[in-house]
Amino acid sequence: MIRNLLIGLLSVAIIGTGIWGYQEHKEKNAILIHAENNYQRAFHDLTYTIDLLHDKIGTTLAMNSRQSLSPALVDVWRLTSEAHSHVGQLPLTLLPFNKTEEFLSNIGEFSYRAAVRDLEKSPLSDEEYETLKSLYEQSKEIQDELRKVQHAVLSNQLRWMDVEMALATEEENVDNTIIDGFKTVEKKVEGYSEGDLGTIFTGMNKKEEGFQNLPGKEISKEEALEIAKKYTTNIKDPETKVTESGKGSDYEFYSVSIRDGKNEIDMDITKKGGYPIWVMNHREVKEQKISLNEAGNRALAFLKERKFENMKMFESYQYDHVGVFTFVTSINNVRIYPEAVKIKVALDDGTIIGFSAEEYLATHNERSIPDPVITEEEAKEQVNPNVKIMESRLAIINNELNEEVLCYEFLGTLGNDTYRIFINALNQREEKIEKLKSAEPIYEEIT
Amino acid sequence: MVKKWMAVFVIFICCLIINISPTENQRTYAFSNQVIQIGSVGDDVIELQSRLQYIGFYNGKIDGVFGWQTYWALRNFQYEFGMKVDGLAGPATKQKLINVTKYNESYVKEQINKGNSFTHYGGTSIENQTGNNGSNSSSQQSSSNKPTAANVPNGFSQNDIQLMANAVYGEARGEPYIGQVAVAAVILNRVESPSFPNTVSGVIFEPGAFTAVSDGQIWLTPDETAKKAVLDAINGWDPSGNAIYYFNPNTATNSWIWSRPQIKQIGKHIFCK
Repeated sequence: MIRNLLIGLLSVAIIGTGIWGYQEHKEKNAILIHAENNYQRAFHDLTYTIDLLHDKIGTTLAMNSRQSLSPALVDVWRLTSEAHSHVGQLPLTLLPFNKTEEFLSNIGEFSYRAAVRDLEKSPLSDEEYETLKSLYEQSKEIQDELRKVQHAVLSNQLRWMDVEMALATEEENVDNTIIDGFKTVEKKVEGYSEGDLGTIFTGMNKKEEGFQNLPGKEISKEEALEIAKKYTTNIKDPETKVTESGKGSDYEFYSVSIRDGKNEIDMDITKKGGYPIWVMNHREVKEQKISLNEAGNRALAFLKERKFENMKMFESYQYDHVGVFTFVTSINNVRIYPEAVKIKVALDDGTIIGFSAEEYLATHNERSIPDPVITEEEAKEQVNPNVKIMESRLAIINNELNEEVLCYEFLGTLGNDTYRIFINALNQREEKIEKLKSAEPIYEEIT
Repeated sequence: MVKKWMAVFVIFICCLIINISPTENQRTYAFSNQVIQIGSVGDDVIELQSRLQYIGFYNGKIDGVFGWQTYWALRNFQYEFGMKVDGLAGPATKQKLINVTKYNESYVKEQINKGNSFTHYGGTSIENQTGNNGSNSSSQQSSSNKPTAANVPNGFSQNDIQLMANAVYGEARGEPYIGQVAVAAVILNRVESPSFPNTVSGVIFEPGAFTAVSDGQIWLTPDETAKKAVLDAINGWDPSGNAIYYFNPNTATNSWIWSRPQIKQIGKHIFCK
C-alpha cells in the first residue's frame, strides 16, 4: 500500500519535473532565438547598407552637377553611420575588426567634409576624386566578402550565437565560416595602405605628436619622484612607487604613486621633459569650508607657481564638496581653447586634489596669432539677430574639421538658454555654436 | 485728512501682510561671507536667486545652482544699479541685494523641500506663487537638505553618468580608484574612437565588449566611488593613457587581446591600445 503510494507520488514528481524542465527548455530556446534574431537582423542590415553604400559612392563618382553631388554625399555619410551602428550590434568585439570600422568612419568623414563644403566655390579636387574612387573600390571588396558570408549564413543556417561562443572560448581550429569571413574582410581592408586616403585624415594622431615634440631631456625615475612631490602638499612619510609605461604607449611616461594614511595620490609624468600629464589625489572631502571663488583663486595660484603663464579661468563647477575648474591660455586677450588645464580643488581645506594637462601638453606651442581680417561688427552680423549678445572676445578653437581657427566668440542668450557662438575672424564663417548646459534637476529615486 | 488716514491704513495693511508670513521672515537673513560665482551650489545660491527674482531680474527656477541664467541676471542687476559688472556676488553686490530685496527663506526652503514649483517675486502674495505639482509625500520631506538640481558636465546627462557608473562598478569594483577612473576613461575613449559606436550606451552594450554586461553584473547598484570615478573621467582625467582596451591577465580567455600594444597596468587590469 505504502509502496504503491510512494510510487505514485514519485511518478507525479517525476512527471512534474519533466513538465517544468520542458517549459524551462522552451523558454530558454525562445530567448536564444530572440537574441539570435537580433544578431541576424543586424548582420543582414549591415550587408544591405554596405550594398547601398557601394552603389551610392558609385553614383557620386558619375555625377557632374554640383547641386546633386552634395545631397548624394550626405546620403553616403548617413549610410556609413548606419553601417557603423549595425557593426556595433554584432558580437565582434573580440574579433579584430577595427580596420573595417575605421574604413567606414573614414568614408563618413570624407563625405561629410565634402558635403558641407560649398562645392560651387571649391569643387572636388583631382586628388579627392581619386580618394573617392579608391573608397569605391574598397567598398566593393567589402561588399563582395560580406555577401559571401551572407550566402554561407543563409544556405548553411549558421548561427551568430555559435560565433559568440566560439569567440568567447576561442577554441583552436573552430571552423567557423562567419569568423573566417569577417577576418577576410578585415585583411582586404588592411591591404590598402593608409596612404590611400590621402592627407585629409589628420587630427586623429595630433595628440601623440604633441607629446612627442615636448622640449626637454629625458628624466630618471628619481627625478620623476622629485617632480611628483612638487605637486603634492602635506604628505608625511609616504610610500612611493615609480613604474615605467608599457611598450604600447605612443610616448613614454612614468607612473608615480604616493600613499600615506590619508592620501592616495597617483600621477603620470612624461619621460621627456618631465611634465606631469595628470595628478589625482583620492581622498574624502566631507564638508565645504571655502567658497568656489576662493578655490578658483587657489587653483590659479597653483598654476602660477608651476610656471603656467597667462592662464584664465574658463569654467567652474561645484560637485558636492569639490570644485572643478578649467583654465585656458589667454594671450593678448585671445583665449586659446585647445590649451586647457583642469584642476580639482577640495573645498574643505582648499588643497589641489586633481590636475590634468593632457590637452595643454598636446597642443601648447609658440603660436603666432593672426590678426583678424573682419571687424567685430562684421562678425556680429553673422549671428542670428534673435540672439542677444552679452559678451564677446577673440578666441582660437578647434573647428569641426579639427583645425585651429581664430574666431570671434560671442556669448548670447535666446529665450532662457545661453549660447556660445564662434564666427571665424578671417572669413566670417559660423564655425561652431554650443548651447551651454544649465543645471539638471535631480530625478530622485524614491527610497 | 482723508489722505493721511489712507496712508496709515496702507501701512497697517502692509504690516499685516508681513506679519502673516512666518516669523523667520523678519530675521534679516544674510548671505554667508563667501564670494558666489558661476558654478556654485548651495544655500547662498538659493538666496541669490530668490533675491534676484524678487526684483524681477531672475525668471528661472530657484534650484540652488548658479548657472548661466543666474549669471546674466546678476550681471543685469549689477549694471542697473551702477556697480562693477563682473558676475560675481561679492560683499558690495550682496549688501546691495539685501538692501533692495527681501528674502522669505522659510517659504523658499519649504517649497523646495516639498518639490513644488514656485516663484519668489516681490509685490505678489505668496499664495499665488506656488504651483502645485510636487508630491507632498513623506519621502520628499526626509530629504530636506538635498539639493534639487546639480551641475552636469557638458554633453552628458545624469542618466549617462549613472549608466557609466553601473558599468564601472560592474567591471572594476575593488580596483584602486584610478583603476576605476581608467575604466570610465576607456569607455569615453571608445566613444571618440572611429572603431567603436559613437554613444556611451552603444559602447557599453556592444555585444561581448564588457564582461559585466554579458553576465549581468552591470545591474548591481553602483557605489559613490564609481560615480565619482565616472565624473572625473568625464571632466578630463584619463589615467589609462588613451587606452581603448583593457583586460585582466588572470581571467582573459582570448589570446588576441594579448597582441594589443600595452600601455600600463593599474591594479589587476592591463590597459592597451
